[in-house]
Amino acid sequence: MQTENQVNDLYPIAVLIDELKHDEITYRLNALERLSTIALALGPERTRDELIPFLDESIDDEDEVLSALADQLGNFVDYVGGPEYAHVLLSPLENLAATEETVVRDKAVDSLNKVCICLSQEQLEQYFVPLVQRLSTAEWFTSRASSAGLYCAAYSQSENPAVKVSLRQSFSHLCHDEAPMVRRPAATNCAKFVFLVTKQEAIDEFIPLFNSLSNDDQDSVRLLSFDIMVSLAEVLKSDSEIRHYLLQPLRSFVSDSSWRTRYMVAANFVKLAKVVGPSLIKDELIKPFVLLMKDTEQEVRRAIATQIPGFCELLDKRIVLEEIIPVIQELINDPAQHVRAALGMNIGALAPQLGKEKTTEYLLPMFLELLKDENPEVRLNIISKLEVVNKVVGIELLSQSLLPAIVTLAEDKQWRVRLAIIDYIPLLAQQLGVEFFNEKMGNLCMSWLEDHVYSIREAAIKNLRKLTEIFGLEWATETIIPKFLAMRSHPNYLYRMTTIFAISEIAPALNAEVIEKQILPTLEQLVNDPIPNIRFNVAKAFEVLKPVLAAGGDSTVYEQQIIPLLEQLTKDNDPDVQYFATQALEQTND
Amino acid sequence: MDDIEDSLDQWKFAQCFGDKGDVEDITEADIISAVEFDHTGDYLATGDKGGRVVLFERNHSKKGCEYKFFTEFQSHEPEFDYLKSLEIEEKINKIRWCKRTNRAHFLLSTNDKTIKLWKLYEKNLKVVAENNLSDSFHSPMQGPLTTPSQLRLPRLNHHDMIIAAYPRRVYANAHAYHINSISVNSDAETYISADDLRINLWNLSISDHSFNIVDIKPENMEELTEVITSAEFHPINCNHLMYSSSKGNIKLLDLRQSALCDNPCKLFEDQEDQDSKSFFSEIISSISDVKFSQNGRYILSRDYLTLKIWDVNMEKAPVKTIPLHDVLRSKLCDLYENDCIFDKFECTFSGDDKHVLSGSYSNNFGIYPTDSSLPGDRGQIVLQADKAAFRARKSAANNVPKLNAVKNNDWRSQPQAAMGSASVGLDPDNLDYNKKILHASWHPFEDSVAIAATNNLFVFSKL
Repeated sequence: MQTENQVNDLYPIAVLIDELKHDEITYRLNALERLSTIALALGPERTRDELIPFLDESIDDEDEVLSALADQLGNFVDYVGGPEYAHVLLSPLENLAATEETVVRDKAVDSLNKVCICLSQEQLEQYFVPLVQRLSTAEWFTSRASSAGLYCAAYSQSENPAVKVSLRQSFSHLCHDEAPMVRRPAATNCAKFVFLVTKQEAIDEFIPLFNSLSNDDQDSVRLLSFDIMVSLAEVLKSDSEIRHYLLQPLRSFVSDSSWRTRYMVAANFVKLAKVVGPSLIKDELIKPFVLLMKDTEQEVRRAIATQIPGFCELLDKRIVLEEIIPVIQELINDPAQHVRAALGMNIGALAPQLGKEKTTEYLLPMFLELLKDENPEVRLNIISKLEVVNKVVGIELLSQSLLPAIVTLAEDKQWRVRLAIIDYIPLLAQQLGVEFFNEKMGNLCMSWLEDHVYSIREAAIKNLRKLTEIFGLEWATETIIPKFLAMRSHPNYLYRMTTIFAISEIAPALNAEVIEKQILPTLEQLVNDPIPNIRFNVAKAFEVLKPVLAAGGDSTVYEQQIIPLLEQLTKDNDPDVQYFATQALEQTND
Repeated sequence: MDDIEDSLDQWKFAQCFGDKGDVEDITEADIISAVEFDHTGDYLATGDKGGRVVLFERNHSKKGCEYKFFTEFQSHEPEFDYLKSLEIEEKINKIRWCKRTNRAHFLLSTNDKTIKLWKLYEKNLKVVAENNLSDSFHSPMQGPLTTPSQLRLPRLNHHDMIIAAYPRRVYANAHAYHINSISVNSDAETYISADDLRINLWNLSISDHSFNIVDIKPENMEELTEVITSAEFHPINCNHLMYSSSKGNIKLLDLRQSALCDNPCKLFEDQEDQDSKSFFSEIISSISDVKFSQNGRYILSRDYLTLKIWDVNMEKAPVKTIPLHDVLRSKLCDLYENDCIFDKFECTFSGDDKHVLSGSYSNNFGIYPTDSSLPGDRGQIVLQADKAAFRARKSAANNVPKLNAVKNNDWRSQPQAAMGSASVGLDPDNLDYNKKILHASWHPFEDSVAIAATNNLFVFSKL
């Protein structure tokens, strides 16, 4: 019997092993995904002696396969017999780290780092460090580029000072590599490496590296070196040392001739400001910040706009008012809509810091300006951030100018804009209160029910439900239910459908009494609608009504009024209507 | 005249690839539409109207400059754009090599719409020799699989080694008009592609989006006055690129200035041509190709009748203007009639920037010194890349020892009259306007050139 079982167990594995070399890539991928199954069947010894060398020879496969392989090998330590044998995985991964496809190389580097953590000091020095050195001095740049990603892991694992010195040395060579493709990953990893060395080593060795990378001819390298500066500032900590070593580079970054470098600075400005500390912010960062807001390139202005709230938090209120606000006022009329949109998204966050008085004085006019913007995205961004401002100044001030802007957006030609504004209605309703809402926005919400785009009608219904939840049942029965029930007699069946959808959506928020008095008569009428689509949707609506009626504790209404109607529908001419009616009845009987 | 004779002697016909018969009706698909040396000069790529790319490898066992067939693959196929009801030809418009990154070679090839990055590598073909479930194992005689030790990893046998071409990336759907140029940046990470009205910037490893950096499309297409004819990155400065226009000017752009480079930082325009205005002035001043010199200091531009060399630091006029075939000036009307006036001749600097090369009709091409102190047409050489040359050499080889034949250059007896001076000896009535040298490439550091003459590829060399 046992043999039988084993045959059954082993046969699929035999197939799987064969599929490692199948002609079809999907089979090879599948086999690789389940490489651990194969390894388990072979046992650790044969995995080490046969499977790994076999995989090592399969490196000429397609990228997808190689990427899967690189991924698998990172989690393979247990299958080769635990950490003491982990180094056997290094050879195939080393080859994978030399391929030209970045995705494969990155995965190989990740896996190498995973394996590295499992290694003992002896293994590290005997296998891993030599591997890093080999890759770093390889002929083709792909290997050298990959090697840059291995230094941090090797360095933090190693406890041998001599090894550490040699690692730092060869890393420094990488940063001076002739190929920009190598200097780029070296710069990226340099920003992480800085944290692993002592402060003195950072000053003696990494500051020169940073200086050379930040003066690189290639923009793409130079802009990556910005992160190294942030890391270095974090390591140096002391104000005077930051000034001594980093002030010059900082100034040249901000005034770099390449907009891409300035963009990098702009996008990471808050990150930088947080590490350099208040004294440097005051002396050195405010002017650059203003300059970047006035940059000639719109991408830079857009990036710096996202940093406004974060940066202003680090400043005195007085400085914000004197230095930053005037520039923002200029940016409000920026010719580039992306810049204005970014402003709309971000300046609201300034309100809490400025307080009610200053917000009313400075921010509110800008808000109103942006609310009148010709671009709907700008207006939308402003509205989506109103809540923060609202908390500070109160809705009274806002609403007078807000309303016209919302009405315009609600009638925008683009249905996506209309859709977006609907999503904000419940939020606004909550802030405005019932009275104000009824007066100014009730009709607006109803008009969406008759929109010619289905998505808008659908969203309008959902909106009504949320409003019911906010303003309560009484409000709903008085204001909205009569309005959408009136649509049941609309000549176009699509609008009659809206009535039914609205019923299904809102019913759960209603009670049995309202349903019996207001909803049921409508549905009774629609059961005899000439359009089958209406009829079967009525059947579906009944299904929704049942639990609500049942919650009232009285099932007579349901049994006496609804079941006869459903039975009538099961005898309908249309098969779809029959189907849904039957389904509703069956659900009833559960 | 002496040094001209000297240099004449040095340029030798080295090789000719392609159909050597004198068939009048050439297969359209065989016409070469692009030729390009790689950065080492050890490889040479050609593309043709049939969408194929053919690669040649330097034959190092030969003393002179000789290439042998390396591999061939189908780069582009004819397509049909159903949305615009347009046929997309498979013709290769440009080939550009990427710097080598590993054992494989990479090159970009483009037709009118789609750019492809090809990887060429030596692939070991292996076949599975043994399997768990192949006939030799676990056949009924050996019994069923019972223990894990019976499991076998597939054993592979070496079968063959081939040069495989694999499309690594396809950069599609980014151009509304026909792509005329591609150029790889010195950072080896990005490249540009230019069509009639726009230039896009790509990252080599990202194929699904690109950035538009130049857009000269007017709001109203009726206001269209110029198109982009050619674009190239600076060979050293990663931020600079230039493009030429049909109005005869060259614009130098700095990518650092702004994301959309609508304002050039330099505009090279020759004012001299303005006086002799005629109906054809605008057509013949249209620049068909621009190239940076290897050191990036000079720009070479080709219009219908001249080559111009510009100093990057001087915008107002070229430092040297080389008339190529002034005799055609009287024939412009005929050339307009037969569309030849719209031929797009390419041009190229030599590896040491001391010479420039461009083609003409009757399979003639000229090599001209860049030194602007050389007066008149001194130092100019006009050669002919013609099948007649090949046949002459062959017949000579039959009669006399081969080595001799090459040295004597018998094959050149026919176009001798055209040599020495570019334009003087040419008789515009006897030129063959169907035989034109549009595409050529210069070896990166040797005096060897590859010339595309209709369906033949010629190699000339001083070696």
